Amino acid sequence: MSSLFAFTLLGLFTGAAYAIVASGMVLTYTTTRVFNIAHGAFSMLLAFTFWDFTIRQGMPTLLALALVLLVVAPAVGWFTQRFVARGLGEGPVSVSLVVTVGLLVGIIGLAQQIWPPAPRVLLPFHPETGWQLGDTYVTAHQLITIICSVVVAGLLYGLLNFTRIGTAMRASVDNPELLKLFGGRPDTVAALSWAIGVALAALGGILLTPSVGLDYYALTLLVINAYAAAMLGRLKSLPLTFVGAMGLGIAESYAVAYLPTEGFWSTVRPVIPALFLFTIMLAMPQAQLRIGQVKGIVTAPVPTFRSAGAWGVGLLGMVAVVVAGLSTSDLLLVGTAATYAIVMLSMVLLTGYGGHVSLAQFTFAGVGALAYAKLDEPNLYGLVLASLIAGGVGALVAIPVLRLTGLYLALSTLAFAVLMDKMIFQQDWAFKFNGTLQTERLSVAGISLGSDAVYVWVMALVFVVTAFGVLALRRGVLGRLLIAMRDSPSACGTLGLDLRWFRVGLFGLSASIAGLAGALFAGLRGSIGAADFLYFQSLLMLLLAVVFGVTSVTGALLGGTALMLMPVWQSSHPELAGLLFVVVGFGAVALGRDPNGIANHLFKLGRVLRSRLEPRLRERLDGLMPQGGLAEERLTAAGASDVPLVSVGVDPDPTGSKVEVDR
Amino acid sequence: MTLLEVDRVVVRFGGVVAVNEATFEADRGQVTGLIGPNGAGKTTCFNVISGLQKPTKGKVRFKGRSITSLPVHRRARRGIGRTFQRLEAFGSLTVRDNVRVAHDIHAGLTGLVRPSSADVEALLDRVGIWDYATERADSIPTGAARLLELARCLACDPELLLLDEPSSGLDESESDAFGALLRELADEGRAILMVEHDMDLVMSVCDEIHVLDFGAVIATGSPAQIRADDGVQRAYLGYSDVDDPTTEIAPITGALTAPSTAAATEVQA
Repeated sequence: MSSLFAFTLLGLFTGAAYAIVASGMVLTYTTTRVFNIAHGAFSMLLAFTFWDFTIRQGMPTLLALALVLLVVAPAVGWFTQRFVARGLGEGPVSVSLVVTVGLLVGIIGLAQQIWPPAPRVLLPFHPETGWQLGDTYVTAHQLITIICSVVVAGLLYGLLNFTRIGTAMRASVDNPELLKLFGGRPDTVAALSWAIGVALAALGGILLTPSVGLDYYALTLLVINAYAAAMLGRLKSLPLTFVGAMGLGIAESYAVAYLPTEGFWSTVRPVIPALFLFTIMLAMPQAQLRIGQVKGIVTAPVPTFRSAGAWGVGLLGMVAVVVAGLSTSDLLLVGTAATYAIVMLSMVLLTGYGGHVSLAQFTFAGVGALAYAKLDEPNLYGLVLASLIAGGVGALVAIPVLRLTGLYLALSTLAFAVLMDKMIFQQDWAFKFNGTLQTERLSVAGISLGSDAVYVWVMALVFVVTAFGVLALRRGVLGRLLIAMRDSPSACGTLGLDLRWFRVGLFGLSASIAGLAGALFAGLRGSIGAADFLYFQSLLMLLLAVVFGVTSVTGALLGGTALMLMPVWQSSHPELAGLLFVVVGFGAVALGRDPNGIANHLFKLGRVLRSRLEPRLRERLDGLMPQGGLAEERLTAAGASDVPLVSVGVDPDPTGSKVEVDR
Repeated sequence: MTLLEVDRVVVRFGGVVAVNEATFEADRGQVTGLIGPNGAGKTTCFNVISGLQKPTKGKVRFKGRSITSLPVHRRARRGIGRTFQRLEAFGSLTVRDNVRVAHDIHAGLTGLVRPSSADVEALLDRVGIWDYATERADSIPTGAARLLELARCLACDPELLLLDEPSSGLDESESDAFGALLRELADEGRAILMVEHDMDLVMSVCDEIHVLDFGAVIATGSPAQIRADDGVQRAYLGYSDVDDPTTEIAPITGALTAPSTAAATEVQA
């Protein structure tokens, strides 16, 4: 009994810190409609800042705390709202998710750049002080945490209910435009809520650091605990968020106390927030379709089969030439780029066309790799089955949230990725803790693709074929439905489309493409482990996909290549490793509002070049050829074709739906 | 024959009663108007009928069977189509593809393999937006986009059409042609329920009109009856007893339903 009391108390202390972090996130979400995935990253950044002030610079604790909480954190919050989050709440959820994931990665990079990896310790407040409460010893730090959470709850209640700005905040939740009409300033309200939100993230982070450790990733993942808690109040209710946080803290504490320390159950503790989240989501009621202002999105043009085929053949030819002269290590890099590019194709389908964000795409690749290794069928049958298994898992992840909106789907994928990382992939029947699985190269029709060069070429072939499949889907009925669903789910519903199962099917298909890439990757490497499929890789992948263009197969190819080059560049310039994350992260923040990315700019450049060069080419060819010859034929083809893998031309009817009608 | 029955439906948003015990019907072969001042609850009624809004109380019956608990897509498959006050056209697609999507959804699995071009072209022609066929839906004028929503609806061949301010954005001649199209659609045996602020169109096309105020139906009757109704004049049409040109027509009090409590409260205040 006494131990139950002790663990309950311990859980309440942790829950109190979660409550502080979560309440900050709820405040920013409700007032600005931007779900900040980087909320935990802010906790991490400011905990590092606090460590810097107190330990490195030797400032008195209280002064450092006041500086961080009252100056640095609010300034960071204000700056973020002003220059990053402004206007995001009015756009699609996918854009705000991508931008805040960019913030998350950028902040991790920034922290790594400012404070390079080294052991650092942040002691609890008053480490020597504590009191005996029955059989339980309560530390001063724990008591301070509880007091802080009560004070935060009281201050937020007072702010929202008894101040003018608090009233404006609540009004802003309902209708910022109306608030503006009545003389309120939604921007000021938003900036203030971000300033307070980030300050609360900082306070929670500083309070939790002594137990979690001053680590770039552990504190960043606090966001999962925070939104698991906030989900109880559907990201809106502060009192329910506090209840959720306390419940989560106690659940974690009981897991430590009562779950076995070995075997399967030992892996459950780190994933309790994710499990907590899934449980709450299952209990949430069906979300209603919303009617709102529908805005069409300008997407990169879709190439014709002819031009896509030409570029595909060109790519395969180029790969064939390049791989012939490469060393084994370089071949592995090219194969890795192909793997990433295929996974990014799955994002083109899901995010570029469908408008849904997954933060676990590389985890699905891991599922495909694991299935391929475990099936021990190094042939096409094994490859297809591994892909189907990954697709099935993807559909299973989508099912619990199919009743809910896109934000929840994305959040659940992050929770799923962490769950797989920390629990499933490390099981003895999977990759094992710190272990690896041996895999064999693929055989096709009894012929083993043992040569690295041949295998890499086959991977490129799979990329081209998959890209063709994705484009064919986009041009057909399903592609139109995907775009329609992205533009207006309500209209699709009122036309009779069952969005829930359509969404599950899309998610499954996308996961199966990622799984295919994973299976090929396993064959390429010959030995794979859980560390090859960390959740963080999925975040980087999403960002690069968006930066290079998540609406085109060209973007996938370029993004995959860039993602492969990142660690290569980081290992050759270790002192600038963090800076690269900063560039990628903040690059996505800057470009995240345009999912067509760099690829689309290349297409535009191609069109400009063509419009300038074509007339000259025409003149020359007309001079060379007889009347109505090659020049005319070429121009007709150019007019009907469009942008291939890297540029030139636009299909005037991007859906390929030219219908001649005799009127 | 009655196709749709809305039976004492109540919708509350927190403390606000948006729809208050609303009861009305729509019949096959008829154009039924649903009019009332802004904020009277007309669009909320449409949301309840199409399934986008759960009613706090009350029932919706379609072809004699309750559909109150059915999800949106299943109501559509039973034969309910709607357009939106705030446009919900698929902006990234061309006008033609907007209609084609609706056609594909309606065709179900067979739509995945069967091309549907001819029907789509005929529909675009029928509502008068064929000229916009290859343009992106977010680049066409509002009036055309509203007609596009109608064409998209018709691609699913609905028995009940819910049209939310379909004529806003149309000029006079387009509005006349639209009125004729509505009559034609009703003559095919469809029931049309229309929310509309263009009183000329409503009065010339509708067979029956329900007037909503503060979420409650305050009057039901033919256009002539509605025009002559005192309550409606006060609540919506803006005539006073003194200057109303139709005061000579006796009010059809027998057709009136009880005014809403909210309306009554407002009058007292």
